[in-house]
Amino acid sequence: MKILVGISNVPDTTAKIAFTDNNTKFNKAGVQFIINPYDEWFALVRALELKEAKGAGSVTVIHVGPLENEAMIRKALAIGADDAVRIDAEPADAFFVAEQIAAYAKDKGFDLILVGKETIDYNSSLVGGMLAEMLSLPYVSLASKLDVNGNVATAECEMDSGTSILEVQLPAVMSCMKGMSEARIPNMRGIMAARTKPLVVVPVSNPSILTSVESYTQTEGRKAVKMIDPNNMDELVALLHNEAKVI
Amino acid sequence: MSVLVYTETSKNKIRKSSLEAVNYAANIAAKLGTTVTAVIDGGTDAAILGDLGKAGAKKVITITDAKLKDGNPRAWAIAIDQAASADGATVVIFSHDIVSKAIAPRLAVRMKAGIVAGAVEYPTIEGGKFSVRKSAFSGKATAVYVIHSDKKIISLLPNSYPIQLADGTAEVSPLTVDLSAAEIKVTVKELKTRDTTKISLPEAELVVSAGRGMKGPENWGIIEDLANSLGAATACSRPIADMDWRPHHEHVGQTGLAVRPNLYIAIGISGAIQHLAGVNGSKTIVVINTDKEAPFFKAADYGVIGDAFEVVPRLTEAVKKFKAAHH
Ligand SMILES: Cc1cc2nc3c(=O)[nH]c(=O)nc-3n(C[C@H](O)[C@H](O)[C@H](O)COP(=O)(O)OP(=O)(O)OC[C@H]3O[C@@H](n4cnc5c(N)ncnc54)[C@H](O)[C@@H]3O)c2cc1C
Ligand SMILES: Nc1ncnc2c1ncn2[C@@H]1O[C@H](COP(=O)(O)O)[C@@H](O)[C@H]1O
Repeated sequence: MKILVGISNVPDTTAKIAFTDNNTKFNKAGVQFIINPYDEWFALVRALELKEAKGAGSVTVIHVGPLENEAMIRKALAIGADDAVRIDAEPADAFFVAEQIAAYAKDKGFDLILVGKETIDYNSSLVGGMLAEMLSLPYVSLASKLDVNGNVATAECEMDSGTSILEVQLPAVMSCMKGMSEARIPNMRGIMAARTKPLVVVPVSNPSILTSVESYTQTEGRKAVKMIDPNNMDELVALLHNEAKVI
Repeated sequence: MSVLVYTETSKNKIRKSSLEAVNYAANIAAKLGTTVTAVIDGGTDAAILGDLGKAGAKKVITITDAKLKDGNPRAWAIAIDQAASADGATVVIFSHDIVSKAIAPRLAVRMKAGIVAGAVEYPTIEGGKFSVRKSAFSGKATAVYVIHSDKKIISLLPNSYPIQLADGTAEVSPLTVDLSAAEIKVTVKELKTRDTTKISLPEAELVVSAGRGMKGPENWGIIEDLANSLGAATACSRPIADMDWRPHHEHVGQTGLAVRPNLYIAIGISGAIQHLAGVNGSKTIVVINTDKEAPFFKAADYGVIGDAFEVVPRLTEAVKKFKAAHH
């Protein structure tokens, strides 16, 4: 089984966020970047588990991003991916990413393309569905469990009213979330092996720029907290009604 | 020309998030000098379609096809694409919810439309420039996106604006679509529906959430009581779902659900950054915690330093008293 996993590079949640060039650019200086948790913990690890269970196949990670993101790609190789592809571009949006991954994947015969539920910096949840449409493949959105038996994948998915169990013919695209697997920490052997695993750089091909970020605004902090006497919950209720106007 | 909105029902009502999306579309339609057309499954009870008119739709396109059953996203994307062509729509609106996350990206590819997922404000349309704001970096910032393509799709983050209903009617117009390209490669084997009498967390205006400070799952009774007294949904921090004290769909935060209710009450939750990432868009935050140094107090509007086991029942009583006096 050949599996492709899309991985993205995101600022750690604890990072301080700042902008430059008159608030038009995100300031990467001093920011710790990580593999998007959904991609690392769920899509990548589940892909590795499926390969290991079969005892055959390969897991390729793909990233659309600049050279400086290769440290992140090496981490994915250290966790266990067999090889990596980097499409050399600073992506404008999800459409841009999906288009580049689709162009790469279309004639490579992947049985399964896994992506994360969403990136934790923009939370769009678009790339997987776009890839499926571009490649004319079935798409399973927000899978929390995934098993493969022969040519058929069985996935458990989130719905508003509960969960559903879906069966899908491979090849297919799937977005992965919590429940699918547990995070893996790369060990020394993995880190050593990652240095020599293949990382292919592919030039960007005919990108579409359909959207772009014009400016950023920092969210204003909340006003100072108002402390309420724990013995006076009537006061809290009155404030929620009269001041906050939420009840 | 029109602004098209994808809408759905839940428990035989138009979904709250769909009414929000129709309101949102009406704002855009007014700016573009056009009208709103809602798209809905043809199986919908005709008696409830009137609500779409009240929310601002001038027309409702109903589509009936066996392939749309179970919400088949590819079939829906093809159907909405055809509805947009038939109605001359260049802007399509969704609610940024679970169903739309499967349909909207496919539609964006079919229409070659720039899409902004999770918008939090009405767009600005000036001199042919179309821009819209969405949240970014775990709620620490917002980003303004310009959509350059002729066709545009926006999904609106639920609870961004209060719903407005006014007098208004929509003409209902069935549309026949060609779904021959929508072969079904995904089959639904089983549906496990949850307790549907509970308030749905993503759409809830009031949320009562609790964490490790509750000590064990057996203590959630006082959390449920407070939620019931308010008519609120219940939520929890990640360790609570990880330990199976509460179901996974209640887990909010960076790796769980992001919510932005009008009121979020956090009980026995320390306020780690990964938790705040999923709740800091809430309009008002109340924190109840024994530790006056708990980081959550810095992100709160109202704080109570105290033991949840004493404070929460007291708050429930106060809410009941308030409700009794106001109804
Ligand atoms: C990459 C990553 C992603 C994560 N994603 C999420 C996420 O999505 N959501 C999430 O919630 N967490 C997430 N976490 C975990 C997060 O960092 C915290 O560990 C977690 O939120 C803590 O949960 P808690 O506040 O319930 O527990 P604790 O941190 O243990 O806090 C318990 C609180 O209860 C208070 N307390 C104790 N007894 C009482 C009492 N009797 N009455 C009132 N208060 C009391 C204590 O003072 C304390 O503040 C993530 C972590 C990482 C590293
Ligand atoms: N630049 C990228 N390169 C490779 N994969 C990506 C990239 N951006 C997003 N993805 C994948 O698409 C998923 C969803 O991203 P998004 O639609 O942007 O929320 C992520 O979890 C990744 O798996």
